[in-house]
Amino acid sequence: MIRSLLRSTASRSFVCNYSSKAVPLTAETYSSKVSRNPSFKKLDETDIKHFQTILNDGNGLITDADDLLFYNEDWMRKYRGQSQLVLKPKSTEQVSSIIKYCNEQKLAVVPQGGNTGLVGGSNPVFDEIIISLSGLNKIRAFDEVSGILKCDAGLILENADNFLAEKGYIFPLDLGAKGSCHVGGNVATNAGGLRLLRYGSLHGSVLGLEAVLPDGTIYNSMESLRKDNTGYDLKQLFIGSEGTIGIITGVSILCPSRPQAFSVALLGVSSYEAVQKVFVGARKELSEILSAFEFMDRNSQVLAGQHLKLDHPIESDQYPFYILIETSGSNKEHDDEKLETFLANSMEEGLVDDGIIAQDETQLKSLWSWRESIPESSTMNGGVYKYDVSLPLKDLYGLVEAVNVKLQEAGIVGFDDPTKPVVEAIGYGHVGDGNLHLNVCVREYSKEIEKVLEPFVYEWIQSKNGSISAEHGLGFQKKNYIGYTKNDVEIKLMKELKKHYDPNGIMNPYKYI
Amino acid sequence: MSKLRILVPVKRVIDFAIKPRINKAGTGVEKKGVKFSINPFCDIALEESLRIREANKGLVEQIHAVSIGPTKAQDVLRTALAKGADSTTLIDVGEEEIEPLSVAKMLQKIVEKEKSNLIILGKQAIDDDANQTGQMLAGLLNWPQATNASKVEIEGDQVTVTREVDGGADTLSAKLPMIITTDLRLNEPRYASLPNVMKAKKKPLEKLKASDLQIELTNRLEILKVEEPPQRDAGVKVESVDELIAKLKELKAI
Ligand SMILES: Cc1cc2nc3c(=O)[nH]c(=O)nc-3n(C[C@H](O)[C@H](O)[C@H](O)COP(=O)(O)OP(=O)(O)OC[C@H]3O[C@@H](n4cnc5c(N)ncnc54)[C@H](O)[C@@H]3O)c2cc1C
Repeated sequence: MIRSLLRSTASRSFVCNYSSKAVPLTAETYSSKVSRNPSFKKLDETDIKHFQTILNDGNGLITDADDLLFYNEDWMRKYRGQSQLVLKPKSTEQVSSIIKYCNEQKLAVVPQGGNTGLVGGSNPVFDEIIISLSGLNKIRAFDEVSGILKCDAGLILENADNFLAEKGYIFPLDLGAKGSCHVGGNVATNAGGLRLLRYGSLHGSVLGLEAVLPDGTIYNSMESLRKDNTGYDLKQLFIGSEGTIGIITGVSILCPSRPQAFSVALLGVSSYEAVQKVFVGARKELSEILSAFEFMDRNSQVLAGQHLKLDHPIESDQYPFYILIETSGSNKEHDDEKLETFLANSMEEGLVDDGIIAQDETQLKSLWSWRESIPESSTMNGGVYKYDVSLPLKDLYGLVEAVNVKLQEAGIVGFDDPTKPVVEAIGYGHVGDGNLHLNVCVREYSKEIEKVLEPFVYEWIQSKNGSISAEHGLGFQKKNYIGYTKNDVEIKLMKELKKHYDPNGIMNPYKYI
Repeated sequence: MSKLRILVPVKRVIDFAIKPRINKAGTGVEKKGVKFSINPFCDIALEESLRIREANKGLVEQIHAVSIGPTKAQDVLRTALAKGADSTTLIDVGEEEIEPLSVAKMLQKIVEKEKSNLIILGKQAIDDDANQTGQMLAGLLNWPQATNASKVEIEGDQVTVTREVDGGADTLSAKLPMIITTDLRLNEPRYASLPNVMKAKKKPLEKLKASDLQIELTNRLEILKVEEPPQRDAGVKVESVDELIAKLKELKAI
């Protein structure tokens, strides 16, 4: 009894701080860049009737303006579409009938998962119909010997992981939005997340998919084996396709067994140099038990503290950089011994200035919250321009510094100055994967800010041979910038592919490529 | 004014964030492959003793943590050391569950050995929820006790404790030596800092057996059955107020 009482007081709910200001319409904000494709049909009554007969249940269609808002707006409150209709199919066959009809009628659609995407990919730009996968959310099968999970695309990531935890397995992906995002959405964006360092990318762990093509064809490779070299590996096309060539309806994924013991340490270090050195050391000394290595700069922690309404757990001082290290393995004593020795050495060498180690599950979760709540904290003052980039490790933080200089020069930034539109550019991310999250926290979205940032950020990344999207994808935000990372031949091949599968261009238009 | 020698008993229990399960035989809780941590109320007791030391320069001579449990209970003692306890004793009693009276008798011996004059301990452990050890120990030592503390203040030999009682607070004071049991809202325990974790490796960890203290372990109670709480039936989702009312009528709830 006391146990459950305790648990309920400790579970911290992350409150979404929606400001009341309406999100401007994407079509208006970007009117100079994009206009509605006139070849798409406008939704009418007969279409709605038709969808009603397909879905055959009163709750499958959403047409109420207030209810639509949730689906039209994105997580950052930066983009807002004008869809008049959300469809919530409950079976792959229903998805197929819907898409087939849309393709014939030239009705544009946006597939939507948990709507946590960060590049405006999951929301319509104009009046595209939203096809939400949230009604397709069942676990289909789990093989306790091989660890292969087969599920519907609309299954929420956290539900999948909780299910697996009961069986002693773990989902090979974890990210801050796990309570809302869908497994299908993760696959569609090829999400990387917090454990990529350990478990690799979805391109390796996804074994098979079920997907519906624009003409209604159901592609099914759910029965695939781990090793199967017969022909083109078609499922790879859908991983990271962001809803542009088909709708993923089922996922078969290989899940590793769940580590028995987790340990987490949070460290304060005084330079980005030190972050790199600790990383090199951690890889060497913690090797097989290292499961996450995340870094965060000072202001990301200041904002997280304001958002969580907590004092930072490292009390001795503020440090320019913080590192979160997670180890996971089968033997807690062995892991702790290794971790503590490594940390002690790093401290003696002067690389680490201070640090703390979680002693129980609750502390472990709280330490993670100082990393996981940064995305939410960064929007706290009004909004955020997010850039999620891959860069050579040595240049990683240089981008944040360069952007802050640029913002200073433009005279639009002030951490404590509410008259300036920009709060600060902060940096954090998966050092282990050479992946930086550059978040430009703003008090409001504006053309002026965007002009300072773009194409500056993309050019900077290009000059270091980085990628303009490490994880979040292209979506609407980066459609025009793919050229900074991909060459002409690559882009041509992609366009041909898109045309082949979606000749009418109805799948998630105005985005990606 | 006497210096404080604080004794903090700490128990190793299944981590409170983890849902315990009944073992296959139905005789107790499954302990294999489960994460154990320091009992949250013990953690609060330790935190309070550290805060007393920090708030009163020079007042505290020693903070000694003691754990009665299996060999693995060393882990919670290491945690105590890493958080700032000065020294520890493990009384290794193997895997057997020990009843509060035996625990209190062993603690009494440690109190004598360490010459403790303030004992801060959790009001209960979240595994057996007994809520007896502090009280029994007070009886054995014939010391004043303040249970369920939500605030502790020390002024010379006088200790003032605010207790949470139904619907309000109760403030009482007593002279040292005394016993305080801690409630949830007394404080929020700290993290173990890296420098302290390193220092802890060099701090003393004494190991004893019950027989070293001339205590014979006898349990008076026998566990007959351990049961899961009854399963709650899954809820139903309704889409509208009308449907809700219809459902409630159907279930004869209105
Ligand atoms: C707090 C937070 C933390 C995050 N952390 C990370 C991180 O660490 N790493 C990372 O990679 N990403 C991260 N993200 C972004 C990430 O892309 C998404 O969280 C997630 O992968 C998207 O899943 P979703 O179900 O919400 O998809 P949505 O946002 O609904 O959709 C994303 C895109 O996929 C398409 N799509 C969705 N479902 C399907 C489907 N079934 N079939 C076809 N297309 C589909 C949509 O059309 C859209 O283009 C984070 C987001 C948030 C809000």
